[in-house]
Amino acid sequence: MAAEGKVDPMHQFTIEPLFGTESWQIAGYHIPFTNSALWMALSALLIAVFVAGGNKRQLVPGRWQMAVESFTGFIDGLLASNVGPAGKKYVPYLFTLFMFILFANFLGLLPLGVLGLHPFTFTSHFSATGVLAVLTFAIVIVVGFARHGLHFFSLFVPHGTPLVMIPLIFVVELISFLVRPFSLGLRLFVAMMAGHVLLEVLSSFVISTGNANIGLFAVAGLPSFILMIGICALELLVAGIQAYVFALLTCVYLNDAENLH
Amino acid sequence: MDAKAAALLGAGLAAIGCGLASIGVGNVFAKFLEGALRNPGAADAQQGRLFIGFAGAELLGLLSFVVAALLIFA
Repeated sequence: MAAEGKVDPMHQFTIEPLFGTESWQIAGYHIPFTNSALWMALSALLIAVFVAGGNKRQLVPGRWQMAVESFTGFIDGLLASNVGPAGKKYVPYLFTLFMFILFANFLGLLPLGVLGLHPFTFTSHFSATGVLAVLTFAIVIVVGFARHGLHFFSLFVPHGTPLVMIPLIFVVELISFLVRPFSLGLRLFVAMMAGHVLLEVLSSFVISTGNANIGLFAVAGLPSFILMIGICALELLVAGIQAYVFALLTCVYLNDAENLH
Repeated sequence: MDAKAAALLGAGLAAIGCGLASIGVGNVFAKFLEGALRNPGAADAQQGRLFIGFAGAELLGLLSFVVAALLIFA
């Protein structure tokens, strides 16, 4: 890419069909097996291997079992502290969601590019994160109406609101409720996308100054390379935090559905 | 100034939002540490709220990225 002189940092997010499946069609829609689908399948497979390896139920757990149990214990504690006893039944859903996002974020950061295999971060697409967010939102709505019926609408009127303020507060709370799936998906997608664009821009500095001459490389290329190492560490942190924040906000929304305010 | 140049300028101005969000995120963690050092016993129980505050502050900064991306690509 450096040979072309201009680097396109958005190129890494291109979705393309793999293994000659371009002509696949389902019910008239063009649905090939893309690189996005490949990395989704890979992260699901890795989670299955990870969990199966720790599922031996030994009385004295080994290292692997401890690793898996610390994750399930973490999700269990998250639900217990945010939703209470009613949150127990969401452990499978939240564990799946958290692990899927976590593995996807970390897989996308793997330096497999040196082997010629370019990892694809599907969480950097709103179509992927948006569906996960809508899934959470749908569960909140279904559970909320199933448990509380029309009383669920009292979520939009906080306790102690003066009578004259109710129409205004209701509209404001309704908007803040409806914008939730959007903000939930948007946060994850933009955080991952911005990080990957930043890494690509910095690496293009290193390569293009290295190709130009040694003086330019020492002035601009080397500092960007050192900065890149720091940014990589930051991206690892962001990958973990974003998965945690997604799980945490899902907990908070489930709490609204289970216990109202 | 043609429309494309104005859009690119606007995208650059949207980057101000990233700086403002960094003040917000810094504030969230600074205040948390301040409180946590005064009362370390209560700190661990408040970590969930810390990250909810962080998520809210961060989202508003990320929106400036979205605005910039829309101005450049849309």
